[in-house]
Amino acid sequence: MAQRVLDVLQRERPAAIVEVGSYVGDEMAVVERDQLLDVMTLLRDHPELKMNMLSDVTCVDYLGQEPRFEVVYILYSIPHKHRVRVKVRIGEAPEDCWVPAVANLWYSANWGEREAWDMYGVRFEGHPDPRRILMYEEFVGHPLRKDYPQNARQPLIRRPDAPTTDDQTTRLAESSHDRRVS
Amino acid sequence: MNKTIAQNAAETYDAKGRQAGEGVLSPTLAAFAEEAERLPTDELIVNMGPSHPAMHGTVRIVMRIDGETIKDGDVQIGYLHRGFEKESEAATYTQIFPYVDRLNYVSPLLNNTAFAMTVEKLLGLTGRIPERAEYIRVIVGEISRVCDHLTCITASLAELGGLTTFFWGNRAREHLWELLEDVSGARLTHSYCRIGGVAWDLTRDFEPKCREKLAKVRHLISDTRKLVEKNRIFLDRMEGVGYISAEDAISYGITGPCLRGCGVDYDVRKDHPYSVYDHFDWDVPIADGCDNLARYLVRIEEMEQSMRIVEQALVQIPPGPVIVDDPLIALPAKREVYNSIEGMIAHFKHIMDGLRVPPGEAYCYTEGGNGELGFYIVADGSGRPYKNRCRPPCFYTTAALRQMILGANIADVVPIFGSLNMIGGECER
Repeated sequence: MAQRVLDVLQRERPAAIVEVGSYVGDEMAVVERDQLLDVMTLLRDHPELKMNMLSDVTCVDYLGQEPRFEVVYILYSIPHKHRVRVKVRIGEAPEDCWVPAVANLWYSANWGEREAWDMYGVRFEGHPDPRRILMYEEFVGHPLRKDYPQNARQPLIRRPDAPTTDDQTTRLAESSHDRRVS
Repeated sequence: MNKTIAQNAAETYDAKGRQAGEGVLSPTLAAFAEEAERLPTDELIVNMGPSHPAMHGTVRIVMRIDGETIKDGDVQIGYLHRGFEKESEAATYTQIFPYVDRLNYVSPLLNNTAFAMTVEKLLGLTGRIPERAEYIRVIVGEISRVCDHLTCITASLAELGGLTTFFWGNRAREHLWELLEDVSGARLTHSYCRIGGVAWDLTRDFEPKCREKLAKVRHLISDTRKLVEKNRIFLDRMEGVGYISAEDAISYGITGPCLRGCGVDYDVRKDHPYSVYDHFDWDVPIADGCDNLARYLVRIEEMEQSMRIVEQALVQIPPGPVIVDDPLIALPAKREVYNSIEGMIAHFKHIMDGLRVPPGEAYCYTEGGNGELGFYIVADGSGRPYKNRCRPPCFYTTAALRQMILGANIADVVPIFGSLNMIGGECER
């Protein structure tokens, strides 16, 4: 059903597609990172595709493999009722561990990408609000990485080098004239 | 619109300072009003939550307010994060069911079904589950959906001051929970589904009992509607409050009753019929108000439609087994586990190693209580998932809360937040 989506993608952006696949009825396409924004814009706006809902953003950590991370976008089209998974493979090194943010294309990417950053430490370049979302700001590491121990405990300790959770309150104050919050 | 305090007071009080239609201010009042005009005003940062009676679960909203108007807001979640995904990666597929129960704890059976269906998709079992099991899943799932909507509606009505409806709603929910308790043995976290079917058959007197309870629930819902739907206070707080346009709602990834309240016809059960949902005659209710009232009306009507599905399923349900006949997938019957060495070994292997899911990945989506509830599982061939991602409908709905409260009054935050039915366990997992 969503094979049509892959066909259109391969026709319109052959250079951007690394791989396409289909398994148990799910279609997916692996995309070059440099072309991600272009492909995502096409997916959203092309009249045959019209993927107007970004259902979910997540990430998979293939520890020990190269490239290590796979960022997964699950897209759905309400008018055409088809669904596709778009993936980007990225490496582990800090300078390589990023993808362009799609938060300007779909609102849902805002929180979805924040969660993926929080849990996996993948940077979303150009994200309007790159904060942690589930963990607290003082948290060290990214809990869903495979090398983060399952039973690790991290008490909440103030760190001078990290923004505190309380700073999030004053973030709003910076743009206001309120002098009572400093 | 923006009158000065002095003008306001002049309209409200007469010369002697008493309330009247018109009049001149008394000298004291005039002096006071004049002074009030000169007072410096400022925007203020106000914290709502995380521990606040109206914040179902624990959500913190930091608001920048100007008088009563919200100028900016920051919704902060994560206080209920329990590491569902991390725990899943260490548990066998069977052991994950209790965790899944605790995602959306008002409709655990819908979560159970969604998770089981994803694993079944990876196992290639989709469409090969015994039909009786599919019907049982639909019946208990739809009952759970009614519980979910009852919780949402009556809790937000209670926050608007209608405590009576809260008790009625809870009584209705209690009737349904009794029913589910009969079937599954647990009142709240049922863990009743299994991969390949359900744990055991319905109780013998389920059908008459179910019909009796549904009649009671219908009665309570209709009483609630009579009480509130023409109530001026209720309508003032619901109508036109919490507006979000259909386009924005789609872009935010809102699904379920909140999206259908924006006039978008998207219901996974109708658009991508799974299980046996295409065997029933039912409708997808839609309202196009895009506000609290629309979301309320959609939920009210959905409860009726869910009960229609249950009643049809009770008639259609065929006899037969309730779990697939495959010892590699289904747990052996307790009778065999206790009486035969083969049964015991099968049980041991099943529990310790887990059932083997071939390597691959799948995303399976169902209509949960609050929208599209999906699981994205990456299997590596072992008995434990390599990754188990839950696509939480609440998470994306809560993300849109900021936009809905911008420009609203502080008091409106409570009904708006209530109408979204955020379930902390699912939102933050």
